[in-house]
Amino acid sequence: MINVTINKKAIELDVDPQMPLLYALRDELQLTGTKFGCGAGQCGACTVHLNGQAIRSCITPISAVANQKITTIEGLDEHNNDKVQIAWREYKVPQCGYCQSGQIMSASALLAKTANPSDKQIDDFMQGNICRCGTYKRIKAAIKSAANSEPSANETLVKENR
Amino acid sequence: MTAIENVSRRNFIKAAGITSGGFILGINLPLSAKTLDPAKAAASTLNFFVSIAIDGIVSIVCHRSEMGQGIRTSVPQIIADELGANWDKVNVVQAKADAKYGSQGTAGSASIRSHFTTIRQMGAIARDMLEQAAASIWQVDKSAVKAGNHVVTHSATGQQISFAELAPHAAKLTPPDAKNVTLKNTKDFSLIGKDVSLTDLNEIVAGQATYAQDIQLPNMLIATIVRPPVVGGKVLSFDASQAKKIKGVVDVIALKPRSIPVATNPLSGVAVLATNTWAALEGRKKLTVEWDLGANSTHSSESHKQALVKKVNQQGSVAAHKGDIYTHQYQSENTLEATYTVPYNNHSPMETPAATAIVTDEKCTIWAGTQNPQWAQGIVATELGYSQEEHHKIELNITLMGGAFGRKSKADFIVEAVELAKATKRPVKVIWSREDDIQHGYYQSIAANYHKAELTASGSADFWISRVAYPPIGWLWNADLKSPQPNDLALGFGDIPFALNNLSLETQESESYVRPGWLRSVACINNGFALGSFVDELAVKANLSTRQMWLNLLGDDRHVNPSENNYEYSNYNLAMTEHPLDTKRMKSLINLICDKAEVEKPLPKNQGWGISFLRSFGSFVAAATKVEVTNNKVTVLAMHTAIDCGIVVTPDRVTAQMEGAMIMGLSIALMGEISVKDGVVEQSNFHDAPVTRIHQVPELYVHIVQSDAPPGGVGEPGVPPIIPSITNAIYHASNIRIRDLPVNKVLTV
Ligand code: FES
Ligand code: FES
Repeated sequence: MINVTINKKAIELDVDPQMPLLYALRDELQLTGTKFGCGAGQCGACTVHLNGQAIRSCITPISAVANQKITTIEGLDEHNNDKVQIAWREYKVPQCGYCQSGQIMSASALLAKTANPSDKQIDDFMQGNICRCGTYKRIKAAIKSAANSEPSANETLVKENR
Repeated sequence: MTAIENVSRRNFIKAAGITSGGFILGINLPLSAKTLDPAKAAASTLNFFVSIAIDGIVSIVCHRSEMGQGIRTSVPQIIADELGANWDKVNVVQAKADAKYGSQGTAGSASIRSHFTTIRQMGAIARDMLEQAAASIWQVDKSAVKAGNHVVTHSATGQQISFAELAPHAAKLTPPDAKNVTLKNTKDFSLIGKDVSLTDLNEIVAGQATYAQDIQLPNMLIATIVRPPVVGGKVLSFDASQAKKIKGVVDVIALKPRSIPVATNPLSGVAVLATNTWAALEGRKKLTVEWDLGANSTHSSESHKQALVKKVNQQGSVAAHKGDIYTHQYQSENTLEATYTVPYNNHSPMETPAATAIVTDEKCTIWAGTQNPQWAQGIVATELGYSQEEHHKIELNITLMGGAFGRKSKADFIVEAVELAKATKRPVKVIWSREDDIQHGYYQSIAANYHKAELTASGSADFWISRVAYPPIGWLWNADLKSPQPNDLALGFGDIPFALNNLSLETQESESYVRPGWLRSVACINNGFALGSFVDELAVKANLSTRQMWLNLLGDDRHVNPSENNYEYSNYNLAMTEHPLDTKRMKSLINLICDKAEVEKPLPKNQGWGISFLRSFGSFVAAATKVEVTNNKVTVLAMHTAIDCGIVVTPDRVTAQMEGAMIMGLSIALMGEISVKDGVVEQSNFHDAPVTRIHQVPELYVHIVQSDAPPGGVGEPGVPPIIPSITNAIYHASNIRIRDLPVNKVLTV
């Protein structure tokens, strides 16, 4: 049995301890907002927060996050109104949308760490998130817009989790 | 409900005189409250595309597939506009695969350019019925009433009746003939041309949108498949004993052997089926398979490229010609010849292929992200031995696609799911790993293009020879096919728009060793790269700006007719009258991009602008890119795209497609390459098959030309001019001429 807190809920999982968090989320918990893109830590589609930090769930064994706090896109904000999500809607960032959970989770972790990131800081932090549709320009614009907006509930949560 | 639908559809088809192949719109009678539950009875269905609920919510069917282009916004937006509906009262319903919708094949950037009028008619027919219903309530002539703003208004009195109230009355009427309904004047569009809220935006941002990978069913098995490393390879034997020891692995099954021609069939191989993804992947690692690799195991993409280069430097078979090329004495000092090559490229959609199927004795139910639902339905029917009449037994649910770019036109992954669901009698989801996607794709073909032309005294060129060779997509179905067909040549080769008196367009043969496929803009990738580069090279040789060379080559304002060169030109299946190859539009777009980007302004040392142009899929697109080259490293500084695609339905999505095309063009130009050695793809994941990442993205600018011309395509035409605009910019920044893609072979990117 592995205990883990996912989106503020205590969860008990009876799975192979080596199972990556990604598949535990998707197959066992039906939290399919977190996506598979490469399975190798190269694309960021599977990004979630571990104690407020962005991690790639496809290469993180479930045992490595035992007794810790995971936040997925589904738990970012109760009403899906995290300031990053609001900015994403405002800039109509998604095309196919498949990479966007991961982009949003990375962006939210970036802003929790760096309130007003420069272009370079955005590039450095977001480099691990591929968008094959090529929505990068809007991702950058939305991050900047979110940076200038009011802190959201999640940020407080992220800070608490540190 | 089916019975009602059938009766009324027959009536409708008779009334509308619509024949198969076109758009079939059926009319349903209002559902009877006695026989159905109240929630359903509340809706009045006006046709296959439109139904209106008692609260006034209009449900509009999107019959085409969403892969990020925004079609689930644009199609309903067009229908809602003609209907006179308010967008905030529209609910979008995704169609399943069904011939009643006419074409559902979402490819060739065709949804709007080829179906704009018929989609509008769906809204207009429903609107006409609402107006008729209101007119008869008020006992006035239909011409005295007008639908709009979700109500019908009596013009004289200003009285209004809501769509909600009218719908049950309207649903009893016989639908008018599609040919007899009046479509709105362009200037009266209420939604077309405006940015409305995007259909799936909220769900995507909330992580709640459903893609094919996300399907979960009770008792479902997850399957991962080890496929033959070489196309045409076969399983000799396999040992599943270790794989079956993994907890969660339920079965290991060899798929049906397949052979060449490969068509869109699965590649065969061995499947590991498990109760969860991780177990399936772990089981796969433990599986050992012995292969007969087959004849293609000698294939090397590098030597194939050399062979193609050799071929296009020799006279080929003539596809189009004008005047006399071969007796002409070329003056060497004014003559330029160049050969351009592109490697295989993979689609690498962010979501790898996935499909889920349940097969029972009675029916087959599928969930898949597919660009071509009816085609897949037909292929599955054949696979299961169903007759044409039994296609309805295959229920194909279309999910969102996490990108597709042409890859998901092919049904191979759907057939895999069906094959395994049939074998296991359980729901099966087949998932492709990234390695599967990269190593077993339908690649944009490796290609060689050759151009030769002689400069004229007036700063133009003539005596133009153009040759191309690449493995044709038709090889999938006909293993003897070695050359691109007239239809393939329409993609930026046979439609060369220059004012030439002497021209020879030729093809050469190519063998095929891996599966060729359609990748966003298809052969416009190699043809557009070669043409755009060669024009730039001609400009350099003539000591003219590249803009001036384009203008000179295009010549006078006119409509180019490629068929005059003894070539059967298909113009992307568009009428030449409505979609002419208009050199005036071409020239004004080239001028626009040069002016907007200010490409002739002096630049610092090591910087340069490159421009290019291609008309494809019915749209005109020009691109300008600025780069810096320092210490053999390319930095892209700015990119502009200008598009003239006629009438624009959803401007923001056109902008988004152009932004995306710039990024995809950047990937192809700078780093896109799949190489093959001993028949096996050498790349495996994003580390060695890279695509553009955020730090490589320059400033992007999109310029959309306002136009009332019939709409052209949008998804694909952005890509082709980007690629040569980048390599031309590199030349102007560094004097390094890239004729062999990708750029990262010679420069750091
Ligand atoms: S799926 Fe985890 S980084 Fe790509
Ligand atoms: S929106 Fe499609 S991959 Fe990012």
